[in-house]
Formats: sequence, C-alpha cells, structure tokens
Amino acid sequence: MADFQGVDFLRLDELLSEEEKLARESVREFVSKEFLPRIQEHVRQDGSFPMELVAPMAELGLFGANLHGWGCAGMNNVAYGLVMQELERGDSGLRSFASVQGSLVMYPIHSYGSDAQKDRWLPALQSGQAIGCFGLTEPDFGSHITAMRTKAERRGDTWLLNGTKRWITNGTLAEVAVIWASTDDGIRGFLVERGTPGFEARDIKGKFSLRASVTSELFLRDVEVPESSRLPKAEGMRGPLSCLTQARYGIAWGALGAAMACYDEALEYSKERIVAGGPLAGKQLTQQKLVEMLAEITKGQLVAWRVGRIKDEGNLDFAMVSLAKRNNVDVALRIAREARDLLGANGIVDDYQSMRHMMNLETVRTYEGTHDVHTLILGEKITGLRAL
Amino acid sequence: MKIVVCLKQVPHSDARLDINGDGTWIQEDNLKFEINSYDTYALEEALRIKDAGEAEVVVVSIGPDRVTQALRTALGMGADRAVHVNDSAVEGSDALGIAKVLAAIVKAESPDLVVTGLMSDDGNFSAVPPMIAELCDMPSATSVLKVDGANGSLTVERELEGGAMEVVELPKPCLLAVQTGLNQVRYASLKGIMAAKKKPIDVKTAADLGVGDQVGAGAAKVRMEKVYQPPKGEGAELLEGSTDDVVGSLMNKVKELGLL
Ligand SMILES: Cc1cc2nc3c(=O)[nH]c(=O)nc-3n(C[C@H](O)[C@H](O)[C@H](O)COP(=O)(O)OP(=O)(O)OC[C@H]3O[C@@H](n4cnc5c(N)ncnc54)[C@H](O)[C@@H]3O)c2cc1C
Repeated sequence: MADFQGVDFLRLDELLSEEEKLARESVREFVSKEFLPRIQEHVRQDGSFPMELVAPMAELGLFGANLHGWGCAGMNNVAYGLVMQELERGDSGLRSFASVQGSLVMYPIHSYGSDAQKDRWLPALQSGQAIGCFGLTEPDFGSHITAMRTKAERRGDTWLLNGTKRWITNGTLAEVAVIWASTDDGIRGFLVERGTPGFEARDIKGKFSLRASVTSELFLRDVEVPESSRLPKAEGMRGPLSCLTQARYGIAWGALGAAMACYDEALEYSKERIVAGGPLAGKQLTQQKLVEMLAEITKGQLVAWRVGRIKDEGNLDFAMVSLAKRNNVDVALRIAREARDLLGANGIVDDYQSMRHMMNLETVRTYEGTHDVHTLILGEKITGLRAL
Repeated sequence: MKIVVCLKQVPHSDARLDINGDGTWIQEDNLKFEINSYDTYALEEALRIKDAGEAEVVVVSIGPDRVTQALRTALGMGADRAVHVNDSAVEGSDALGIAKVLAAIVKAESPDLVVTGLMSDDGNFSAVPPMIAELCDMPSATSVLKVDGANGSLTVERELEGGAMEVVELPKPCLLAVQTGLNQVRYASLKGIMAAKKKPIDVKTAADLGVGDQVGAGAAKVRMEKVYQPPKGEGAELLEGSTDDVVGSLMNKVKELGLL
C-alpha cells in the first residue's frame, strides 16, 4: 500500500506553520519506516513495546517535545499535537509511551520539581536513558481518585509510602515512578526509583487493547523515600490533574491519527475490493460510511487545532481539553469500528490495522478520564452543577 | 572544511502523476514533493563528515517557492545554511543550464567537497553532477557507495555493473555523485527543525550568479519534446488454464527466453 499521506480535506495545512508541517512529516516518515514494520510482532506478544526504538525516538526529540530546556525541543502545542497524531497513526501504544514519558513524568518534574530533581531526571528522560511512569490510578479508584488509598506518612526527613497503583503504563520498564499519595496535608507527588526496598512492579497480562504497550501494577510496602524526592511545588489534586490536562490534550490529536489510519485503510481497501460486479467504494452505503469518517476527522482536526492555539496563547481551560478528548476519541472509535466492518473478514486479522486501532481506542476512551467523566466535567462547566 | 550538497525537490514517490496540458511535463499543481532520494544520501554523507570533524554544510537547490520546504528539512537534519535559486528564468533549462547555475554557486562558495545524488528520481539523466565538475574544473566520481578519509585526498568506492566495485582516489576539491544505500539517512529531529528556523536561506536569481543569459528554454540545447504514458498491455501475454498448465507454459517461456 502507498505511504500514508495524511487527511486534509479543508486545506487545514494552510493554518499550520512550516515548522509544524515539518515536524509532522518527519514523525510520519519515522512511523512508516521504523515503527509499522515492527507492530505486528509486538501485538502478537502480550504487552511488549519495541524497546529498540526508544533511543531513536529520543533522538528524534519525541520525549517532552513541548517543554523548554534540558535538551527538549521546545515546540509549540500545535506541533506537539501533530507529533502525537502521527505517533498514534502508528499505534496508541506508541503514542502512550511518548505521552507518559513527556506529559505525565517530565511535565510534573518540569513544573513542580526542585532544581536538583530537574537536573537529575529531565536530561535522562529526554534522551531515553531513563523511562518513567505515572502512578495515580488504584485497583479500587480510577475516576474518583481523590478517594485514593495510597498513603505517605512523614517520618522526620523521610516519607513512608504504602499502597497499590494499578494500570500503570511502563511500570516495569521505569527507572522512576511519579507516585501520587495522600498525606495529612492532601495529595502529594513523590519520585520513587526502581530498586527502592519495598517497591515492586508486575505486568498485567491478557489485554485485548494496547498490546504494544506495557501496563503494570505497582506495590509499595513501607517504601522509605527522602523528603528530597517529593515534588516540592505539587500541592493537592491540581498536581496530577494538570499532568492529565497535558496528556489529554495530546490524546485529542492522537485519536485523530488512529482515525486517519483507519479511514485511509478503509478507503484504499474499498477501492480495490470488488463486490457485486464493482468496487466496494462505488456502493452508496460504503460512500456514506467513508464520507461520515472524513467529516468527523475534519471536524476533529479543527477542534484540536483551535484548542492547541488557545493553549499556546496561555488561555486554556481544562474543560476545553475535555471537549476535545471526549469528541475526538469517540469519533475515532466509531471510525475504527466502521473501517473494520468495511474490511470484512480481512478486517479481523492483524495484517490490517483497523481492528488493532479499534481495540486500542477502547483503552483511550477509558484512560485519562473516561468518556463519561469528561461528559460530567463539561456538564458541570455549563450548568454549574456538579454531577460527577 | 566546507561541503556543498546539491539537492532537488521531486514529486513524492507515491504521488499520482498526470501529464500536463501540452504534454511536455507532469501536472505539478497539488502534487506532494519530497527531496530526491539520491540527494538524501548525499546530504547524510556530508552530515557524517561534519559529525566526524569540523565542516560547514551548505545545501543548494533550484526551484519555485515550494523548494523552501526541502531546504528547511535539510537544515533540520543538520545542514548549516542554504542557497535557493528561485527564478522563473531558469525554468525550461536543460541539464547543462542547471549545471551552470549550480557551478556558479560552487565557484562562489569554493568548497572542499561537492556531494550530489547520482541522478534525480524524476528526470533520470545523471547528467548534472559530471557537468558541474567539468564546469568547475574538479575531478569527480559517480555511483559512489563508500567514502573514506576526509583529509587530504578521498578514497571512494564506486559501484560498477554486475556488482563489481572500483576504488578510486581523488584530490580535493572534488565532486561525488552518490548511489542510494551508502548510509542510513537520519530524520530531521524536532530540535533540528526548531533550530532550522534560525538558519539562513539565501535566495538568488540566475542573474545574481552571473549566468542569467545561459539558462532557460532559450539557452537549452535539449528540449522536452513530449511526455507520454506507454500504451498498456503491449508485450504482455496472459497465460490461461489450470495451475499446472500455466506453470508448464511459464516454464517453457522462461526456457525459450534463455532465462534459466
Ligand atoms: C492500558 C491502560 C493504561 C493506563 N495507564 C495509566 C497510567 O499510566 N497511570 C495511571 O495512573 N492510570 C492509568 N490507567 C488507568 C485509567 O486512567 C483508569 O482506568 C481510568 O481513569 C478509569 O478508572 P477505572 O478503570 O477505575 O474505572 P471506573 O472509575 O471504575 O469507571 C467505570 C465506569 O464508570 C463510569 N463512571 C465513573 N464515575 C462515574 C460517575 N460519577 N457517574 C457516572 N459514571 C461514572 C466510568 O465512565 C466508566 O464507564 C490506564 C488504563 C489502561 C486501560
């Protein structure tokens, strides 16, 4: 099949700067040439990531691309979004790897860390020498995380951490875990290093979704860390929530990448596939499906682009990101399902990508605030009444 | 050390090509372009020499506004600055006209090394690189697959017919026209793309370079007469019948043609 060329029905490229387009092209080529030839092998394994790509990804500048300093590229948020779009055009697992590393680990250290923490971790994380993970969700609490059970107790100059974190991307790969725990003063963030006594990570197997990504459970039993490993400027729920806003913003773009891959595959396939004497693409029902996909992708692009520009202006409201994440993941999942359907039986094997994206997007719909949670965030925003 | 890399922007290898109205070239409107594949290897080779020691890499291209994107990509990959000949007077030039423009830049830059691709994906002439070398009075090697010893003279390996290799030594300054596959081409990194914003692109016309009267359709000795799609189906034979029959007749054909 021909190389993926993007979807741009309304000439939205005219809204992009040269550097934004170049960033997209470079990552698109990387994904086509380096990542996609490897994906089938990793999807067939249960929860594995092509680790040999971590160094080239770092070299490309994919980790913390919208942060400034410590070797980061310092791109604007639209360029960053386009990068996430292209990564997820490959696989949601690939985009998740970059999202977690950049938005959920580097971002909190960059925003809330001490100078020593920044100097120690940001260059290592940017260059892929260290991998990080973000431990917020627990076995019993996902959407309502303020009820978290993980506790940090102050003991003089040290803290004692106890609890379990579950569904943690890259948990067993990580040299450093950002662990959110409740204290007498509210929620605080800690940097817990691999090998700290009492700290253990185990992988979760049997996933139907995000198979090319490692998902783990973290166990903390009387884990003692120094006060210097606490993120000094993170106080309360604002800490983890601001990280989630960053990651959710990237997902709003990323989901479009998955949607584009499915639309592209369905379009090419239906032009070639002969049914009832002619190409599948020549049938009215097929055209309606393809047009629906194109229309939703185009609307989603405008939403993501606008939210990106507002973010760059510094006027972002987190509810705007909720609208973008909620809408774009929802349409991407519908598009993936429709594309899978158009591919017939071929659609259920991993020689084609739509079903892989469809299964991945089930996770994307759930993590980083479920679809319904974003509905309730927006509901509160417009009514002033909290229903969550 | 200074290295000049000549690169051409050509239609994307996956682009759908249609012939233009008067049948003299392809329809370029709304077409996606990319850097000529051979030239990406030329640039990579220059950047490797730069990475290994000290070198300034200057990328040079001729073409309309769209060429800026190719040059920015090259700057994003690590080239230091660019020269862009953006001049409608150059349109319609033959290979010699193009070589004269590029030779004028090479003379002005007086580099230690000029690296180009062996040919362009669209034109397929392989004519421009040796012409530049002749016009600049420098030795050249084509079809280069390996470059050694950036100091003093260069030892290069050239690919010959049938997979044989030839080793030649060239004094500097010289020109190398490289084959694809001699290295692994890097991607423009996001940091590189950010840095490229600040790198200069010097825009010039043929007249600026003193070759205004030697370019364009008027000066060309080779004129594009006609571009056409060869008629489909000729020379193809469809073998029909059962699998065994088809395999049998295919084997006979292969033997008949002396291919086995
Ligand atoms: C592959 C994968 C990777 C992940 N990676 C990470 C990671 O790296 N770090 C991390 O911290 N977490 C991670 N997560 C966890 C993810 O963020 C949570 O699963 C998510 O927040 C949802 O929480 P939950 O699973 O507990 O679902 P629940 O909160 O139990 O939700 C179950 C259902 O109830 C609905 N619901 C919840 N509250 C309400 C309400 N008030 N009203 C109506 N409906 C409601 C939800 O919308 C959902 O449909 C990951 C998850 C997956 C699947």
